[in-house]
Amino acid sequence: MNQPANLSMSMPDANGLFGSFGGRFVAETLMPLILELQDEYTTAKNDPEFQRQLAYFQGDYVGRPSPLYFAERLTEHFGGASIYLKREELNHTGAHKINNCIGQVLLAKQMGKKRIIAETGAGMHGVATATVAARFGLPCVIYMGTTDIERQQPNVFRMKLLGAEVIPVTSGTGTLKDAMNEALRDWVTNVDDTFYIIGTVAGPHPYPAMVRDFQAVIGHETRSQMLEKQGRLPDSLVACIGGGSNAMGLFHPFLDDIDVKMIGVEAGGKGVKSGLHAASLNGGTPGVLHGNRTYLLQNEDGQIIDAHSISAGLDYPGIGPEHAWLHEQGRVEYVSATDDEALEAFQICCRQEGIIPALETAHALAEVAKRAPTLPREHLMVVNLSGRGDKDMMSVAHHLGDKFGVKNV
Amino acid sequence: MSTIQDNANNGFKKASRLENRFAELKKQNRPALVSYLTAGDPDAETSRRLLHGLPSAGVDIIELGMPFSDPMADGPAIQKAALRALENGQTQAKTLEMVRRFREENSTTPIVLMGYYNPIFCYGVERFLTDAALAGVDGLIVVDLPPEHDEELCQPAAQHGIDFIRLATPTTDAKRLPKVLSNTSGFIYYVSVAGVTGGSAPTPERLESAVAKLREHTDLPVAVGFGIRTAEQAATIGRYSDAVVVGSALVDCIENASTPDEAVERVHGLVSELAESVRTCRTESELQAC
Repeated sequence: MNQPANLSMSMPDANGLFGSFGGRFVAETLMPLILELQDEYTTAKNDPEFQRQLAYFQGDYVGRPSPLYFAERLTEHFGGASIYLKREELNHTGAHKINNCIGQVLLAKQMGKKRIIAETGAGMHGVATATVAARFGLPCVIYMGTTDIERQQPNVFRMKLLGAEVIPVTSGTGTLKDAMNEALRDWVTNVDDTFYIIGTVAGPHPYPAMVRDFQAVIGHETRSQMLEKQGRLPDSLVACIGGGSNAMGLFHPFLDDIDVKMIGVEAGGKGVKSGLHAASLNGGTPGVLHGNRTYLLQNEDGQIIDAHSISAGLDYPGIGPEHAWLHEQGRVEYVSATDDEALEAFQICCRQEGIIPALETAHALAEVAKRAPTLPREHLMVVNLSGRGDKDMMSVAHHLGDKFGVKNV
Repeated sequence: MSTIQDNANNGFKKASRLENRFAELKKQNRPALVSYLTAGDPDAETSRRLLHGLPSAGVDIIELGMPFSDPMADGPAIQKAALRALENGQTQAKTLEMVRRFREENSTTPIVLMGYYNPIFCYGVERFLTDAALAGVDGLIVVDLPPEHDEELCQPAAQHGIDFIRLATPTTDAKRLPKVLSNTSGFIYYVSVAGVTGGSAPTPERLESAVAKLREHTDLPVAVGFGIRTAEQAATIGRYSDAVVVGSALVDCIENASTPDEAVERVHGLVSELAESVRTCRTESELQAC
């Protein structure tokens, strides 16, 4: 890597740019609020009282630190690298999403906002948002595409139990991008009293940097846990990528450690060549959507193409702008895993470790299946086990039910 | 009017179609009627008929939407219009071709293209501006390009003699307004309510004072849009603004029509009503004042 040290970690610049990616491509109605949010976030970052509150909720409410677990059986199964799982699925609400939601809801309170909105794909961010909204007594509206509502029923029910209003989004293909469009429309209409908790490292500045910072707790813990266990840094980090928040959270604290290899795994759907995938870096081109410039799935006329993935959480035609930049810098290697590869790795993880991963996370495990066998046991590989798979039972039963004699779950 | 040729180097500029149009209307003491339709909605041929009939139906300035798959600032009416157009094969190139053909028969009615940045970015900014200027485009309204990104399109557009028309909104305070106005030309578009197109109607009193405040900072004509559907609303707002923009209500006429002929008839019918109201709104209010 010919990358100067300490460059990666200082991004973005004052305009929210990671090289040519990122920025603030939003309607004028939102600009004053986005500038205010940026100021408030900068203040909070340096405010010991805000940081104390954040640490308190991350600990006693979320359950951090999450363990860094040596997956002995998985390591043996693949017969190569030593595999460690960063157990984000053990967090309250079952995924990494709540790390960010806790941070943003504290900011919303500080800014005096009275109402929370969010978009969700798989429903994990929606559940995490509904959870913190309940905890802080704020009304909450979650936008979710109708296609996703159908394939993630348990999460829809969870959000409703938590007191959130779930608004079905029928526009477009009824998936994550459409939910984000609708959340942006709500925000622009209710700009005075509403805080939009974006769930990934995308959107207008300061969201990509802010969400990354709230998620960076994953990487910071991993770093000290690995130093404690092995006395050195890991050799490689593997994480799945939709928008890319769990990956960014794991990667960011290691960006200047040139010897730590990083691999981001996009959703390859039915294969990148098939056109039915969600791999923005491997199968997309630069463009501007949802407030930032990044790699997008789009046609030559700049119209956004629908993503495809077995996992609703990766079913997004874009990717966080910092990933786009790291891709062009060559600092992180971006690969993809197909639906079938993810389903296979999903089952291996269940059988070998007694852990049912989210289908999103299974994409990262699919890359481990390809890579670990080729590496020596001394190679320390950390996989972000970003979420648990309870929510995916219906999707998995749909694909594998016959094999287990299950028709309907 | 000046006969000096357009030349960026000597600081003189031929008056633009927008400047000429607003100057004429000032003499007539009436506001401009600005119509919005999405290019290619519901299909290329009907859209062409709709466009070509607008001036004779009474439109003073034409806003032509460049359809985008993800129109974040638009309500359901214009979202659906964009999808109809895209499903029927509308592209950026076809939209520019529509303008070129319109210019063959009309050289005075200004056309402003409105939309989102991505289709322009993908077409290529320089190529787009060159083709737009050749086609006879007068201005651009690009919803997701705030002044913080002026180097992307706003400044290059000026080099091509194309006005970049900015939106000012209820959230734009006095501190930010100079920044919003800084590279704006042609006119300033005041968004009457915080929200998406086709939403709730603006509150008249608040709107009038907002427009008055805007005039303290600029001599540019002030257009008002978002949520204006009826001749009555247009008349009220036209008393104190320089232009009234109607979009979703026209687009709804297309949605509700069962044939292309009916769509053309309904759209031009509503335009005629609106045109009548902007032509009489100030004289009527003076009569009422007596």
